[in-house]
Amino acid sequence: MREAHAAHEAHAALQHQFDTLEQQKEASTLGMWVFLVTEIMFFGGLFCAYLIHRRQAYEGFAEASFHLDVGLGAFNTAVLIGSSLTMALAVWAAQVGRGKACFGFLVGTIGLGTVFLGVKVVEYSHKFHEHHVPGERFHWTGAHPEAAEVFYSLYFAMTGLHALHMIAGIGVLAALLLPAWRGRYSAAYHNPVELTGLYWHFVDIVWIFLFPLLYLIGRHG
Amino acid sequence: MWPDFPLVPEAASSVAREVDLLTLGWLAISAFFTTLIAVLILVFFIHYRRRRAGEVGSTREVRTLPLELTWSLIPLFIALGMFVWGVDVFFTVTEAPPDAVEYWVTGKQWMWKVQHPSGVREINALHVPVGQAVKMTMTSEDVIHSFYVPAFRVKRDVLPGRYSSVWFRPTKTGRYHLFCAEYCGTEHSLMGGFVEVLSAEDYERWLATGTTGPTIQASGAELFQRLACDTCHLPGTDPGATPLRAPSLHGLFGAQVALAGGRTIVADETYIRESIVNPQAKVVAGWQPIMPTFRGQVTEEQLAALVAYVKSLGGATPAVAPGETGAEAGEPPRAEETRRGEPGEILAGEEPVTQ
Amino acid sequence: MTIATAAPETHATPEVKSYLGSAGWDLKSWLLTRDHKRIAILYVISITLFFFLGALGALLVRLELLTPAGDMVQADTYNRLFTLHGVIMVFFFLIPSIPATLGNFLVPIMIGAKDLAFPRINLASWYLYNIAGVLVLWAILMGGVDTGWTFYTPFSTTYSNSYVTLTIVAVFINGFSSIFTGLNFIVTIHRMRAPGLTWFRLPLFIWAHYATSLIIVLGTPVVAITLALVAVERSLGIGIFDPALGGDPVLFQHLFWFYSHPAVYIMILPSMGVISELVAAFARKRVFGYHFVAFASIAIAVLGFLVWGHHMFVSGQSAYAGMVFSVLSMLVAIPSAVKVFNWTATLYQGSISRETPMLYALGFIGLFTIGGMTGVMLATMGIDVHVHDTYFVVAHFHYIMVGGAIMGYLGGLHYWWPKMTGRLYPSFWARISAILVFVGFNLTFFPQFVLGYLGMPRRYWAYPPEFQVLNVLSTAGATILGIGYLLPFTYLFWSLKYGQRASDNPWGATGLEWETTSPPPTENFLTPPVVTKDAYDYRDFDETAERRPHLAREEEEYA
Repeated sequence: MREAHAAHEAHAALQHQFDTLEQQKEASTLGMWVFLVTEIMFFGGLFCAYLIHRRQAYEGFAEASFHLDVGLGAFNTAVLIGSSLTMALAVWAAQVGRGKACFGFLVGTIGLGTVFLGVKVVEYSHKFHEHHVPGERFHWTGAHPEAAEVFYSLYFAMTGLHALHMIAGIGVLAALLLPAWRGRYSAAYHNPVELTGLYWHFVDIVWIFLFPLLYLIGRHG
Repeated sequence: MWPDFPLVPEAASSVAREVDLLTLGWLAISAFFTTLIAVLILVFFIHYRRRRAGEVGSTREVRTLPLELTWSLIPLFIALGMFVWGVDVFFTVTEAPPDAVEYWVTGKQWMWKVQHPSGVREINALHVPVGQAVKMTMTSEDVIHSFYVPAFRVKRDVLPGRYSSVWFRPTKTGRYHLFCAEYCGTEHSLMGGFVEVLSAEDYERWLATGTTGPTIQASGAELFQRLACDTCHLPGTDPGATPLRAPSLHGLFGAQVALAGGRTIVADETYIRESIVNPQAKVVAGWQPIMPTFRGQVTEEQLAALVAYVKSLGGATPAVAPGETGAEAGEPPRAEETRRGEPGEILAGEEPVTQ
Repeated sequence: MTIATAAPETHATPEVKSYLGSAGWDLKSWLLTRDHKRIAILYVISITLFFFLGALGALLVRLELLTPAGDMVQADTYNRLFTLHGVIMVFFFLIPSIPATLGNFLVPIMIGAKDLAFPRINLASWYLYNIAGVLVLWAILMGGVDTGWTFYTPFSTTYSNSYVTLTIVAVFINGFSSIFTGLNFIVTIHRMRAPGLTWFRLPLFIWAHYATSLIIVLGTPVVAITLALVAVERSLGIGIFDPALGGDPVLFQHLFWFYSHPAVYIMILPSMGVISELVAAFARKRVFGYHFVAFASIAIAVLGFLVWGHHMFVSGQSAYAGMVFSVLSMLVAIPSAVKVFNWTATLYQGSISRETPMLYALGFIGLFTIGGMTGVMLATMGIDVHVHDTYFVVAHFHYIMVGGAIMGYLGGLHYWWPKMTGRLYPSFWARISAILVFVGFNLTFFPQFVLGYLGMPRRYWAYPPEFQVLNVLSTAGATILGIGYLLPFTYLFWSLKYGQRASDNPWGATGLEWETTSPPPTENFLTPPVVTKDAYDYRDFDETAERRPHLAREEEEYA
């Protein structure tokens, strides 16, 4: 009964341009991978600018990085890795047709993502109060003010772009909640959850690179 | 060829004909291939034209590999050959000979300011004697410009915050366009003038009529004292003294410099200029970062003078090992520096530097 | 290629509703369509409008350049005009042109699919294009931007007093429109080919669009983020690219050209794909060296990412980096040369028609050869020092973009017009236009090679009097070229209502698109095709007169 119901649901999800659900799944998976490649190139430009400026002004970058809160950054890293775990579990639950479990894990992922964003809000407000936000109100008391402003410009650009991607990801996760609760996902049809998982893991991996590059310059022990 | 309708500008520098020859080489190759393709297309278009409705072309199977290899490898070898020739010409065009006399140029929206080594200054014009190699060391006060003299076949972008250089040896007297070749705003197309190449006597005459003043190194020396650089770096006239607060500048130019943080760079004009306006950017290993910035207190012309002065304190080859001062730096200047005066020296015919 | 049931059709029978009329003519069915063919038509309208806007910029520029003095507009206005011309033509015409129009229409049909993989993303792509278009129009109406389409820093970040940020936002959004198209094509070509359609049976048009899409998805995001950094720097006064604030202006150039060089291959590869189709169809012969042409497209895409520094030989880049870029630029020219030779060889022992699309194709081959040869001249470092940033460069890229890409676009438009609209256009006027375009083009741009070598720099509002004769010739050519462009606009439009109705296959060509009705039904094929042959296989071409009613026009021509 459940399989028939699931099969009917799956058939309803087949779009007209595809011949089979399998073809649709392969196409949308490839589409998500291609999209992630564009995202790598998008972030890549920022990483490239960062690496070149860092090479030019290493001491300045190290000095500026020191004023980021490593504790909060490390905490956020753990939070995000945890959210990738809940995301992977959500995908598994969708694959085996356990809608309520899938719902729970999606909620967990959204929750952890929100915690991450909350911590970023706290960090950004710290920077605001310390006058480390680039622009007119930037004020640096250390030895390398120009390099520090470049560092923080790249910090806000890179973590800001990352945060925007997380917000978009949370939006997509939210859109999966209702169908998951209603048991729409099964072995035959769970691609939306799987592709969202791909996207979420990508956003996580970007952070794995951002954290050491931004927070851990020159910190040796 | 046709004086009223020229296809190439005048060839007025030692490299111009080499560049033209390279171009001619490619033109000949291009003409060959373009004609070949055009003729083949035309011949096929006519000979194999469709003669009746519904006619089809040949459906014979053909081996394509031999032709594909031929028309891949032949163009490849031609292109690689031209690449090598092009690199050779490029280095000839861009590497100044050791006897090049150094001029300092500042580009700004929308004019070129030139400082002769003798101290003479020009705007949007450059008078040079024929036959002498000249090297322009250039920077911009604002946006990217490009110094271009078509008759010499030379061009170089001029950037803010750093120096770039171009050299030429004029071979014909005459008046040649100087253009800005990098779009720089409203009056980009008006930013230019003429390079006047004069015979040796005419050049001397022109120098005598112009505004006289100290040489650029002398100006630099005077600034070095007036801005109190010598309080930390010590007066340039005493190569043997050991400074307490800042590294010695003798033998600095062209030397390898070890920076705090582990990097090593070569002390070129850009490094020296940067150290004046942004001293914290590259602090020398073993010294405190106490040098104040002079940004906003010196013009680009003054920076050029200071850099020219530091250059005159010896060095100028990367082979000079870091930290070497004293005897080697105190040696008399090399041939390339014959036209520069020693710091503080007044050249014949000029007035002493006043406040 | 054959389909299971072959029924000779003369024109769309009343029972088979085409995509044009099937869902009704009301606006909503067009503006909310998911049909790739309708989206292609929407794009034709949009890019045509922007083409004429960009052409207006060019016209005003060339009028000013009739005289050496700056006497028609002020210098500042002139700078905004050439920037408008560049920004509109590059981002709003050339980059989308063939992929978003002919590509959107034909990619699914050529591979036997019902639509692209992601129809809603396709529609979103068109909307993003138009949102970007509105923003750039707004920027123009407010006074425009004067940085050149290349946005070099620190002029664009710190010194320009024009609507840089607004224009950048427009280009940024347009970039996503482009990315969506490329993503769609890659997935579609990989996953939705008809049974029997292996990679090496694909039309070369598909190979070309596949290679183009690879470039789009890899390169466009980089220019997007680079321009975003310029906008941020301009708004906040930070120093990524401005040396006065600790930045590096040459870094901007590297990041910008990392996309913008591959971008020129985005602009030319689809056109080369069109030429392969035209040469095969109008010589009724398979393309010589099919595999080599297919691989050449991929090679151009890959190598195209490795040559950006040839725009920077005099910028401050090291001579050794320059050498690497120079030799790689020589390499990237080889696959293009291979294509030119293969197209020429295709003509040998062909049955060559003189229809308009073939005229455009042959014009393309000649002009692209000249453009390509001047390209390797520019890649030769010793020459580039002299001609960089002069009219020599302007002439080179217009030979490729206009003599190449646009002629390919027009050729393709004329070839597939009967398929897309079900109408034939008057061949007399079409041929006249093709000739006018060819003549006008050469008169406009050949003098510019000479101007450049003589030393006339780019982006000059006023110039020394000795350059005037060549400038006048160029403007005269531009006038002829303009007429050559206006004519198709007129007669193609006319043909929509008054043109002779087209059969399924008025040219007698091979290809899945010619085995369905003109115009096609919404789902593209009445019966889903199965492919059993290679591309351009004319061996079974039916030559008997009785079974050739669809070649009505050809019968008239060769009677």
